[in-house]
Amino acid sequence: MTATHRRRGPRKLAPYVFLTPAILLFAGFMAAPIGYAVYLSFRATKVTGLGLGKGARREVWAGLANYRRSLADPEFVHSVGRVGLYGLLLVPVMMGLALLFALVLDSGRARGGAFSRTSIFLPYAVPAVIASLLWGFLYLPDVSPFAYLAGQLGLPSPELMSSRYILFAVANIALWGGVGFNMIVLYTSLRAIPSELSEAARLDGATERQIALRVKVPIIAPSLIMTFVFSLIATLQVFAEPTTLRPLTNNISTTWTPLMKVYRDAFTRDDVYSAAATSVVIALATLVLSFGFLRLVGRRAFGQEA
Amino acid sequence: MTEVLTQPAPPVALLRATNPPKRRQTSPLATIVLLAGALYCLLPVVWVLVASTKSGGELFSTFTFAPGTSLADNVGDLTAYRGGLFWRWMLNTVLYAGGGAALSVIVSAMAGFALAKYSFPGKSAIFNMLLAGVLVPGVILAIPQYLLLAQVGLTNTYWSVLLPSIISPYGIYLARIYAAAAVPDEVIEAARTDGAGAARTFVDVVLPMMRPGLVTIFLFQFVAIWNNFLLPYIMLGNDHLFPLTVGLNGLLNQGAAQPALYTLVITGSLLSILPLTALFLSLQRYWQTDLGAGAVKA
Repeated sequence: MTATHRRRGPRKLAPYVFLTPAILLFAGFMAAPIGYAVYLSFRATKVTGLGLGKGARREVWAGLANYRRSLADPEFVHSVGRVGLYGLLLVPVMMGLALLFALVLDSGRARGGAFSRTSIFLPYAVPAVIASLLWGFLYLPDVSPFAYLAGQLGLPSPELMSSRYILFAVANIALWGGVGFNMIVLYTSLRAIPSELSEAARLDGATERQIALRVKVPIIAPSLIMTFVFSLIATLQVFAEPTTLRPLTNNISTTWTPLMKVYRDAFTRDDVYSAAATSVVIALATLVLSFGFLRLVGRRAFGQEA
Repeated sequence: MTEVLTQPAPPVALLRATNPPKRRQTSPLATIVLLAGALYCLLPVVWVLVASTKSGGELFSTFTFAPGTSLADNVGDLTAYRGGLFWRWMLNTVLYAGGGAALSVIVSAMAGFALAKYSFPGKSAIFNMLLAGVLVPGVILAIPQYLLLAQVGLTNTYWSVLLPSIISPYGIYLARIYAAAAVPDEVIEAARTDGAGAARTFVDVVLPMMRPGLVTIFLFQFVAIWNNFLLPYIMLGNDHLFPLTVGLNGLLNQGAAQPALYTLVITGSLLSILPLTALFLSLQRYWQTDLGAGAVKA
């Protein structure tokens, strides 16, 4: 074996060796499940005779029947409408507040900025299930400080988990959990802006508000876009919050969100085929929405050379 | 614009050094805005601190923020619950989130380094495939993952939660950025000239240079696993394998019939978030990473 040979052989192989664990895990736990879900979504069981005994149930090709059933199911349509409304409510409020907090922090004009920043970031350490437990108790009339306050003021106790407010109650939990993280991401981008830019604008007589909106926000647009897309993806998958709140209220059905319906179909009804079809629909909708949004804003983020 | 886009994001260590906010004349409005946000975010945390000091009776009878005297009793009851099951959940969580995140860091660092520092056939195809994985809604995978693992008899085991948690396209994406920015080509070349093989170079030279970035990836993945409720909820049936989230969710479900369990749920919530909160606050600087920084430095 010559020296050049020894050097070249492993050199060419090295990147593939480094990538092997990632590719194997990607194939086994992402690509294969996606492929399997797509496969199942076109299948169904066929029951022959009374459906008793071996061989009475066979898996057969179902074409688009599962998709037709899934898309036409009023429970699915309702859950999509509910989550659409939830996203329209949550994402703009969360991103707006995160941007506001980040800009105020970056302006350096608030007292106790470090305390506030840490406090607002703190909920990120709390997983959605525990956040839902905490807020769930705060919503419960017997425990809630809001009910106590209303009582002191002689007002009727607010039913925060009534059918009228439940959507807001769930959105509030997600807002609480997500605003701090998005704030930190945006704040970090803001701090990377060279201070000369703001100084120059200030010398030109721009107010703080104008500097924030016309100088800083356009520069951090890519971060805004990415946090927006990630928030959107998380929103469409909402599951933990309503599932955790369910024991505390009668107003969350087992099909309250699309993912809850997938779970119910797969595990309560044992209908993995229709659950698979619904999963594929949700995944496609998410991809269309996130890619559509990225295209809309001109693919300014994620523009890494590939 | 495209040229700007191809710049890698600066590693965390560099970001920390840039522009600390200058102290200018303070404005009461700015202070009030941030304090309002802080109060909103602290409210449930303060509530759980107070509520965990109350006995079951006090919980429903005394004013929300009036502390009780039963904290030690509550912790004792929780510890006694089914022979210390709660602490088992705590250990399981450390295993899933800590172990899973550590393995994920190794896998991501290797892949990210290869994608950043080598050119080889198929590179862009592999990178695009992984990048698409970032946008795949992860929770959608849980049910087919369950069905596939069921076929090999791995459901209801530690592996069923641990294995799917290791792959993180986002972690690989970040690792690639950190490797491109923090590891100069000359250093790798020098190691190679010294006769070090690819594996030696990676372990001795590359990993230490990527360290701050790897801490960030660890934290991201730790939170992602700790936050992923659906995966363990689907995979596990034996409550001795539960992480805290699934365990507490089950306790709350039983609490609907036995309100005495509510105090256990509340005390358990407090004990679950305390260690993590401490970890987060002490490592806060590592969160100051920037998703879109590549395009920011125009």
